[in-house]
Amino acid sequence: MNPILQFFQNVVTLRGTYDWNTVFTFLFYPDILQGIIITVLLAVLAQLIGTLIGLLLYFTRRSSNGVLRGIGELYVWFFRGTPLLVQILFLNAFLPYIGLARPLIQTHFFRNLGFQQDIPLDAFIAGLAALSLNEGAYMAEIVRAGIDSIDLGQLEAAKSLGMTYWLGMRRIVLPQALRVIIPPLGNEFNSMLKNTSLVSAISVAELLEAAQAHAFSQFRPLELLTVASIWYLVLTTIWTLIQRQLERRINVSNLDPALTSGGSWWKRMIGFGGRETGVPMPAGADHH
Amino acid sequence: MATIEFVDVTKEYPNAKTPAVDNVSFTVHEGAICMLLGTSGSGKTTLLRMVNRLIDPTSGEIRIDGVPTTQQDPIALRRSIGYVIQQVGLFPHLSIEDNVRVVPSILGKSAAETRDRVDELLHLVGLEPAEYRKRYPRQLSGGQQQRVGLARALAADPAVLLMDEPFGALDAITRARLQDELLNVQRGVRKTILFVTHDVEEAFKLGDQIVVMSEGKLVQEGSPIELLAQPASDFVRQLVGADNILRQFEYQPVTAALEPATDAAQERIAADERLLPALLRLIQMRNGALAVVRDGETLGQVSLASVFASVQSIHRNASAASGEHNRSADSAPVIR
Ligand SMILES: Nc1ncnc2c1ncn2[C@@H]1O[C@H](COP(=O)(O)OP(=O)(O)OP(=O)(O)O)[C@@H](O)[C@H]1O
Ligand SMILES: [Mg+2]
Repeated sequence: MNPILQFFQNVVTLRGTYDWNTVFTFLFYPDILQGIIITVLLAVLAQLIGTLIGLLLYFTRRSSNGVLRGIGELYVWFFRGTPLLVQILFLNAFLPYIGLARPLIQTHFFRNLGFQQDIPLDAFIAGLAALSLNEGAYMAEIVRAGIDSIDLGQLEAAKSLGMTYWLGMRRIVLPQALRVIIPPLGNEFNSMLKNTSLVSAISVAELLEAAQAHAFSQFRPLELLTVASIWYLVLTTIWTLIQRQLERRINVSNLDPALTSGGSWWKRMIGFGGRETGVPMPAGADHH
Repeated sequence: MATIEFVDVTKEYPNAKTPAVDNVSFTVHEGAICMLLGTSGSGKTTLLRMVNRLIDPTSGEIRIDGVPTTQQDPIALRRSIGYVIQQVGLFPHLSIEDNVRVVPSILGKSAAETRDRVDELLHLVGLEPAEYRKRYPRQLSGGQQQRVGLARALAADPAVLLMDEPFGALDAITRARLQDELLNVQRGVRKTILFVTHDVEEAFKLGDQIVVMSEGKLVQEGSPIELLAQPASDFVRQLVGADNILRQFEYQPVTAALEPATDAAQERIAADERLLPALLRLIQMRNGALAVVRDGETLGQVSLASVFASVQSIHRNASAASGEHNRSADSAPVIR
């Protein structure tokens, strides 16, 4: 057979060796399911912490104190200027130096939590820290764009009514900035779900690492990477649906009383009196 | 109730060549509406913002009921002073109700506790609570937003109200209606009001007292009638249109033309009416006189003769003050 044709045939049929059964067997394998939990846990925690860091960085970088401003700029410069994988490896290698690795491992935190397979807490923390710190640098830009899009007069008005700077920020500026922040934040979380796979490099048994473990024991790398891919697709698809809902709520008409009256703080934050449907978002919010 | 005293107040912004407010002293008495009138950049907003300490004076002090504002906590001070901001400044993410109850809510009152108060305030500024409570600022017209701004400033029942061009950017009809409503509200609640405006008509209509500012300096301070009768400079004279006889008729109270009551008085007119309606009525009646009454008591009367006599004397005074007659008499500059 023509070698070129042969090549394409191999690509399509994988020389008849690709085993769908392995895929189905491992799709719901307990290790894999546990890996999904770890992945989601890492992503949610890192996004939360990263967002808080981003918020903190906003105030550092807007501070009147030159030293604080310098630290903020340095932080963003460093974490945006080095690869996430290097940051993960670096932090993981760092923990033993400060004598934290062993005591953390010995807590057997995840096993005590009921996980079948223990995950070394030191690596988990190093991974989580790297993901969070890195995310903080990116969220800093997003938070800055969001807050700076709010008219200074709003804070001024809040002050003139007797709110302190912080109260004005919390009750007046931030809820409005959230409209601008949430869409890019959603995109960040989508990336985060996938970026957690990088911590497989330090043997945290998240989704990819769990799949990899079986890939080696079964000599079926392609099949188990398929399993991982399927689950990543499921996660990102679910998130995309949630994100769409979230953004719709931001844009939804104010006239919908369910969004605005007597809701929880969360409802108020999400439903904070959006514009009439069809009115464009404030500048900077629609860049995706 | 509160008296506001400005004592040698000066504000210099960093890197500015001239002070934004330059050695200004005057007193606003309890329950009075004081209009700050001046060209753009004359320091009106700056002066206002020093009252609630959004900025502090470079020198001099402001006293409220004798207490220097610098001795008061700025946050507590601001909560006790209503501020209607230039360009409205409503919070777009809060419903009208939540906008109005901002100050009570930071003072710890729940929505249930403030509900009646919000209704009362919305009624006061002429918005039907049932219709507007749950709306959002962008669902209101500019004029309605201004009303909400006023309601919000009144929410904590402050003794002092600062209003920075609250009716700017409104059409003449809506503006006039809001002005009437403000006077209405004021009749009931009696705040000490500092009101910034560009608009001479507005200053005359609302003001018990007018402070004319130019380039940071206080040029003249007095009642509308004093400004009309004795403008301190050509600037004020032109600004207030002191040469304009019609304006004199419009703003002088009937008491300025009072003469002893006679049998000729067929009708009555309230003492706080202006000369113009009295004059129109007298012309309609072809002659005769109007009895001037206050609280049911007759103070005297006005007749065509007494009205003319009074205006002549006012006009003579005004002309004498400037010594110049060629100026177009009926072009009152509305400064922008
Ligand atoms: N924050 C500031 N920093 C520096 N200069 C300022 C500041 N605010 C106002 N000024 C200056 O002070 C002067 C007075 O300004 P102010 O806002 O008090 O004027 P205004 O009488 O309210 O004018 P307008 O009628 O246009 O509102 C202006 O020359 C202005 O440029
Ligand atoms: Mg101003």
